Amino acid sequence: MKLLYTVVPFAPLVGAIVAGLWGNRLGRTATHRITILGVLIAFLASVAIFFDVHNGNTFNGPLYTWGTSDGLTFEVGFLIDSLTVTMMLVVTFVSLMVHIYTIGYMADDPGYCRFFSYISLFTFSMLMLVMSNNFLQLFFGWEAVGLVSYLLIGFWYTRPTAIYANLKAFLVNRVGDFGFLLGIGLIAAYAGTLDYAETFAQAEKLATMNEAVTGWPLITAICIALFIGAMGKSAQVPLHVWLPDSMEGPTPISALIHAATMVTAGIFMVARMSPLFELSDTALSFVLVIGATTAFFMGILGIVQSDIKRVVAYSTLSQLGYMTVALGASAYSVAIFHLMTHAFFKALLFLSAGSVIIAMHHDQDMRNMGGLWKYLPVTWLTALIGALALIGTPFTSGFYSKDSILIAVAHAQIPGATYAYFCVMAGVFVTAFYTFRMIFLVFHGKERFGQAHAHHDHAAHGSDDHHHGLAPGEKPHESPKVVTVPLVLLAIPSLLIGAFTIDAMLFGGWFANVIFVDEARHGSIAALREEFHGALAMGLHGLTSLPFFIALAGVALAAFFYLVRPDLPDRIAARVRWLYTILVNHYYFDRFNEIVFAGGARRLGRWLWQIGDRTVIDGAMVNGSAQIVGEVAEAGAALQSGRLYHYAFSMILGIAVLLLFLYLV
Amino acid sequence: MALELPNFALLAPQIVIALAALVLMTAGAFARERWRQWNYVVAQLAVIVATLLTVFTSGDPRVQTTFGGIFLVDWITLVVQLFIYLSVFAALIYGRFYLIERGLERAEYYALVLLSLLGMQILTVANHLLLFYLGLELMSLALYALVAFDRNHALRAEAGMKYFVLGALASGLILYGLSLIYGATATLSLPEISSVAALRPGDERVFGFGLAFLVAGIAFKFGAVPFHMWVADVYHGAPTPVTLLLASAPKLAAFALAFRLLVFGFFEYAHYWQPMLMVVAVASIVLGNLAAIAQKNLKRMLAYSGISHVGFILLGLAVGVVEGNHQLALNAYSATLFYAIVYAVMSLASFGLILLMARSGFEAEWLDDVKGLNQKSPWFAAMLLITMFSLAGVPFFVGFFAKLAVLQAVVAAGYLWVAVLAVVMSLIGAFYYLRVVKLAYFDEPTERQPLIASSETRVLLSGNALALALFGLMPQGLMSLAAYAMIASL
Amino acid sequence: MTLTHYLLLAGALFVISVVGIFLNRKNLIVLLMCIELMLLAVNTNFIAFSHFLGDIHGQVFVFFILTVAAAEAGIGLAILVVLFRHRQSIHVDDLTELRG
Repeated sequence: MKLLYTVVPFAPLVGAIVAGLWGNRLGRTATHRITILGVLIAFLASVAIFFDVHNGNTFNGPLYTWGTSDGLTFEVGFLIDSLTVTMMLVVTFVSLMVHIYTIGYMADDPGYCRFFSYISLFTFSMLMLVMSNNFLQLFFGWEAVGLVSYLLIGFWYTRPTAIYANLKAFLVNRVGDFGFLLGIGLIAAYAGTLDYAETFAQAEKLATMNEAVTGWPLITAICIALFIGAMGKSAQVPLHVWLPDSMEGPTPISALIHAATMVTAGIFMVARMSPLFELSDTALSFVLVIGATTAFFMGILGIVQSDIKRVVAYSTLSQLGYMTVALGASAYSVAIFHLMTHAFFKALLFLSAGSVIIAMHHDQDMRNMGGLWKYLPVTWLTALIGALALIGTPFTSGFYSKDSILIAVAHAQIPGATYAYFCVMAGVFVTAFYTFRMIFLVFHGKERFGQAHAHHDHAAHGSDDHHHGLAPGEKPHESPKVVTVPLVLLAIPSLLIGAFTIDAMLFGGWFANVIFVDEARHGSIAALREEFHGALAMGLHGLTSLPFFIALAGVALAAFFYLVRPDLPDRIAARVRWLYTILVNHYYFDRFNEIVFAGGARRLGRWLWQIGDRTVIDGAMVNGSAQIVGEVAEAGAALQSGRLYHYAFSMILGIAVLLLFLYLV
Repeated sequence: MALELPNFALLAPQIVIALAALVLMTAGAFARERWRQWNYVVAQLAVIVATLLTVFTSGDPRVQTTFGGIFLVDWITLVVQLFIYLSVFAALIYGRFYLIERGLERAEYYALVLLSLLGMQILTVANHLLLFYLGLELMSLALYALVAFDRNHALRAEAGMKYFVLGALASGLILYGLSLIYGATATLSLPEISSVAALRPGDERVFGFGLAFLVAGIAFKFGAVPFHMWVADVYHGAPTPVTLLLASAPKLAAFALAFRLLVFGFFEYAHYWQPMLMVVAVASIVLGNLAAIAQKNLKRMLAYSGISHVGFILLGLAVGVVEGNHQLALNAYSATLFYAIVYAVMSLASFGLILLMARSGFEAEWLDDVKGLNQKSPWFAAMLLITMFSLAGVPFFVGFFAKLAVLQAVVAAGYLWVAVLAVVMSLIGAFYYLRVVKLAYFDEPTERQPLIASSETRVLLSGNALALALFGLMPQGLMSLAAYAMIASL
Repeated sequence: MTLTHYLLLAGALFVISVVGIFLNRKNLIVLLMCIELMLLAVNTNFIAFSHFLGDIHGQVFVFFILTVAAAEAGIGLAILVVLFRHRQSIHVDDLTELRG
């Protein structure tokens, strides 16, 4: 079995290396065949492992040991259990779909082989992350997926906006990583191990300790530090700012990395660490509040976007918030459940958005679309399925996971639960509204394409530099098979997987012994179990429950605004201009960061420089450490005058310094 | 008194190399032109035979002596010599094509390489101050000649002259130090020096004085600040195959020299030489990393990078003895040996890459010459990436583990601030390595000539760079070898 | 004459030679001479110690140093000749093409 485990991450890695090194020599067809084969093998192996785990065979052990130092062992190891295998299936399946889809989406791109190499590399890194049995490897995977993500956001590296987005993702994630590393460091320092199982075995002991320097409860400090890492990777407020900008990358990776897999790494990590988080109510409250804020406020921003990918991006933020809320409510299995359903329907939405973008010749502005359902029937249908799942229509997969979250939050007892409940409920309305706003704007209503680019303002936020849009009179066409087949294959689980798996995943003991919940104190999952009477009953009940009507109201309002009275939204926006301005500026998060952090850093630098100017005679000493390094480097090189007698003199000086030590010791 | 023959068999590797050098010198003077290609074969054969002989003669029993105890063969000899042979073997392969293209592939070249190899060998087996001196001079004199060997370029002669004058000065310093030590201890034999129980106060002053000169000379051979001035100029001015040789095997020999003299011989006086080495090491790490940033010439950049790596090697030597803790000393010294080996292998790869890109009339020694390597050969761009990452100490490449091992020893000895400084300087240093990677991947090439290096070079270079990645994934084997060598010899 | 006298003499010779190396900015030949002088200073040291310690090894060492010094001078002069062919000068200040 160990061999099979090893095959899962390494098959994509081999594909990535071959594509990266010899891609241009092998040609495009061979490249995509090799990488797809690698991911296919990984997927099939994951399926085999799934059945094996289903039969009760789990695994936790090292693959090989890197080194031991001061009692800490650094090793590569796998922990294969129900949680891991769930993630493995999701990752390999979505990755496989995205690989196939890419053949169509990137067909004209000169970086074709490079792209395949990157996404296979990403698949490898993500699998290493989820299959890890220790913090070191987790961190390796964590950084590796981040690295590939930056590479892919900046994939079209000639665009300044892509480079900017790339940089932003990098910087924001460093903040998160700082917390993450701090958490790992605390664990290493106090538990003396980096192994999951060994750490969890000491969880009770850690819970009684205080951090030595600050005196804070240790377990809370660890959990919050780890969660700050998750906030960076899973884009929770206020570290979410990089995710909307990451849409500068090609659409397939938006689906794979920034919706289905990488951004959920934080959720996965917290679920994996449930034995630690369960011991700290403070940390759970923190998680809950952050998640709820993200779920509601980021959803609202989806309403004012005009770029189709950005709507989906804000929706992703909001849904990640839902998952986080579930974590905070101690309903870890629900979070993973939502993670899984979301992976399918959000990947589906992104890929169908990509299909629309292809049809529109890389014009992403929804104001230039409308009435597309006639021309793109498959895309329309699959996008509709995705949208219905997203808003939680009963019987779709999204319904089961989202409704479970709502119930879990309703039963949560920790501080912040009331606020969270309000946020997620209001979020249902918002979600329904922006989702169907997008559907109506893109697929229904008046045909607005081919009108010689009335809106040029979107070029200012630079969605695409080889964007053309449709020429006047030109009609959009349905995308090729390699694009639509993955859409259909993703639509099926988006509809069905929730109903089929909810029983097993949430209540059937699939995650028993893997996810730890202290039900005596955190009763939401128990309450959920009591209310559950089978998937069908839940769906029927859903038709009469409050969230369904809220969602219906959202859809209705969207229909009224964008089908019946398309003139209204603009007039409302004009009326409440202040609110609109806040929203289109994303609550000024970016501006705030720019002014406070970037500007603050600059101002601090200038202030230091002025102080330095006054105190240090020749000034300019504190003018940025990089410059100092540069100047020292130049000076060091200048010492190397080329003259022999200077060299000899330096040696004699050295001798003099060494002789000095005779008198010191 | 019966005549007792010393055990020549123990020195068989040295004898083979000496004989081969003599054969090659004779061949250079008398052999016909069409036999020229055999020079290379003879030299490589000699290295291979010496390697085999070393493996078979040393190691069991763990410590052997001959010639009345002035030669000593132990596990350190074995390990260091093996990697010296490996470096020379690789240097001959990498350099051959370059030399042939420039009409420099002559018997004298191989004779000089083998003579300097002989000097290095002697440094690893010497157990007597006179032998250290002779080994050192043999190695250095051959290297001076090699640097100035290409008579067609003024730069080569200038580099040779600088290397010679400063090297001779360093030899003078070492000799002066040795004479003082001799005066203080009344013996030239290393074991006898180490067993001199206590020196009279006056003698101890003389001894300390001599030690300072000795440390200065050792620091020069390593190329450590402030005795480093020759490094950049010589690396830059020498023909690249010679630079490659200079940057690899002699560092290992210098390690053997420093280790034998300071640890074997003057262990009791560690409180004198440890702080000296420490200051030299820290200065090297700081200056090496900073000055490398300002370089535009790849060979110069690697020279400064080498200075910073040497700083790490000396740092490991400087933190060995802590209040007589034997285990800490063992850890520190095995980390140092590991670092020296890793550095030699990384040097081979980095200069090998320059030789890979070079061709007649094009030295490929400027940073700009690396531009766009990825477009010419993605494979070798990947090899470059591995090598640079390893040099920079990026995790999971072997260079990282080398740094980690030394830094652990430094922290264990209680010099936390030194470790922090070393890490900070390494991070600054990562900049110039990554710049090379950036040039190779993201810049447009300045010229579009394809790579024409020989297939031996290509295969060896691939193996060399991949070894850096492989040892990064599995550093245990090499680390255990270094640790075992220490345990078996001390 | 005590040991100290000899040591002071050797030390003086050594310092003269070292100072000669970095004070002399004209002639490379003078550099080679300084190096020879340095070795002679060391020889004096060895012989003096050998004599006063009653140990013959020091004098053996001197013979080796003398031999190596000859080899060293040979190589030094050879490099000097090559240099002179290129530069038509043996001025120390002309050796500044390699720097930085």
